Amino acid sequence: MENTAGMTRRHLLTMVGYAAGASAMYTAMAGMGYAGTSSYEGPLELTGDPKGASVLILGAGLAGMTAAYELGKAGYKVQVLEYREKAGGRCWTLRGGDTYTELGDFKQDVKFAEGNYLNGGPWRIPTDHHAVLDYCKRFGVKLEPFIQQNYYAYLHNSEAFEGKPQRFREIQADYRGQIAELLAKAVHQDKLDELVTEEDAEALVTSLKSYGVLNDDLEYVKSDAVSLYRGWAVEPGGGDDPAPEPSDIISLKDIVQGRLWKDLLVGETIDHQQAIFQPVGGMDMIAQAFAREIGDIVTYNAKVIRINGTDTGVEATYVSANGGTEETTVTADYCICTIPFSILGQIENNFSGEMQSAIDSVYYETSIKIGLEFKRRFWEQDDHIFGGISYTNLPITLISYPSSDFFSDGPGVLLGCYSWGAASYQFNAIAPEERIEHALEYGSQIHPQYREEYSNGVSVAWHRVPWVLGCYGIWHDKAANYADAVKMDQRTLMAGEHMSDLPAWQEGAILSALNAVKRLHATVTGAEAAAPAPEGN
Amino acid sequence: MKRHISLTVFAAALALSGAASAQDFVQSGTSERLPQTDGEAIYNAICSGCHMPDGAGAIGAGAYPALAGNANLEAADYPIYLIINGQKAMPPLGSYLDDAQIASVVNYIRHNLGNNFEGETDAAYVAQSR
Repeated sequence: MENTAGMTRRHLLTMVGYAAGASAMYTAMAGMGYAGTSSYEGPLELTGDPKGASVLILGAGLAGMTAAYELGKAGYKVQVLEYREKAGGRCWTLRGGDTYTELGDFKQDVKFAEGNYLNGGPWRIPTDHHAVLDYCKRFGVKLEPFIQQNYYAYLHNSEAFEGKPQRFREIQADYRGQIAELLAKAVHQDKLDELVTEEDAEALVTSLKSYGVLNDDLEYVKSDAVSLYRGWAVEPGGGDDPAPEPSDIISLKDIVQGRLWKDLLVGETIDHQQAIFQPVGGMDMIAQAFAREIGDIVTYNAKVIRINGTDTGVEATYVSANGGTEETTVTADYCICTIPFSILGQIENNFSGEMQSAIDSVYYETSIKIGLEFKRRFWEQDDHIFGGISYTNLPITLISYPSSDFFSDGPGVLLGCYSWGAASYQFNAIAPEERIEHALEYGSQIHPQYREEYSNGVSVAWHRVPWVLGCYGIWHDKAANYADAVKMDQRTLMAGEHMSDLPAWQEGAILSALNAVKRLHATVTGAEAAAPAPEGN
Repeated sequence: MKRHISLTVFAAALALSGAASAQDFVQSGTSERLPQTDGEAIYNAICSGCHMPDGAGAIGAGAYPALAGNANLEAADYPIYLIINGQKAMPPLGSYLDDAQIASVVNYIRHNLGNNFEGETDAAYVAQSR
């Protein structure tokens, strides 16, 4: 496909790839409809008689409750077993008055002020996550914008710029401008002849001049024009206030050496592009809505210890999660099991060898979140940061500012650490009060107000969460095992974020449940024989 | 490699000064290797997250096995294999620890936490399991 400028799409992508690296290439491709998003096709409409069939659902997270809701609506007899004392699973919000005891009996009393909270798990809902957003709409869960990208937030490297945090907008404008300058000059001086035709070159230079805010000599220099992007040294005033003065630019060398470009693109990935949302009052508003919609069909504090499937049904045995030994067995015609494989692999079962191998081939990722409450919103009052995220090379990875209750005089809660990988393992390995101390120590390098204003905090170290033993499922070899886990094992289907191509996201959990429900219903109504072709083709 | 050596020296200097603190933490998004070299320090920097500070393990909806008094630790090969490759819900940790670090922590868990199994392992032996 050629456009009028004579530049092929592939040619353009090659140029984008050459100029900006693979992530920009991916972003460009996504913009052109090549990269996938959610497969959600709208509300399920199951037709056909379930013939009085019963379904046992294991787990009352979003996957389990989605299945419970849809099957109930279609006329199935549904029962849910849940280990926790409440619904939601990883769709979980901690508020003042809550007590959370992690493995090892480390107990935390949450002391946040009224209205403040920490979303321990998922905290944002991208526009692409059509299923989550649709359930929120249908269930009346009020959403508000989640501010992912704030140009006033900081980029910080403890080993660059003398450890002083830099404003996102300054790095963004200066990095873009100076790269555009380099490229524009190279093209203008015919140094990229092999890559760009003469005709394209002129159009490209024109675009780079605009894109990078370059002057007529194709230079990115201190100017009023540039200050409109990176900010002024003296801000515009009124009356006989001093005239505005342009700000100094930061050299490309300093940006590159300081690696402050590293987090510029986070907000441009398809999972983080604005608009992006959060439920008003905390993520578990979604869990509460689901729990309300499915009604009184959940048995809480039920620790499943045995699952026994046959050709005609499934039975599950549970004991009290609070340490009881008395066993209760429930039976149903079918089962949708959303128990994380980290737990399921330890439950006695008679799944097929292939299913057991699949379950054993999933390990659970580490992650750490720390919520810190401060007596006042100094990030707003002193730093003019309203929502969004500052990024750092320190072990806390980032500081996220609340996207609600702006300009409030009361205390506010920051996400003071959200890390993965090695740093997260280290945070998981220490006691909650030590995590807080480290988060304060690191965070005060970006916001010196930390120590003075700190009030209280709470952490969720995912490998110590008693009911999941990790953050989300990772397949050692998805190509080898995933298909086995997707198949119905006698009368049981698996669902949850681990059973999706959107792992760790609530969207993946819901999509996997909808897919399982459709296949279960097809089995019950005999519809699968009439539809031999795979769905979605 | 050079980076790792400098980290090791840094950690050792910290240990000597007794200032083991937040500096023992890995920076976000840079080095994936933990800085600790001593077996006990490595244990407390990563293993204790699941197996707990005293090696007693923990029980919730599922369980983390105790390392204290665990007969599976009789041969060093078993923990070496699990640390590198993971097993079931346990993540592979081979990218966070080099051979010498794995040898140190395996020696630690086999000789401490109430265990007293015979023999020592070393980096060269661990390397054969990679």
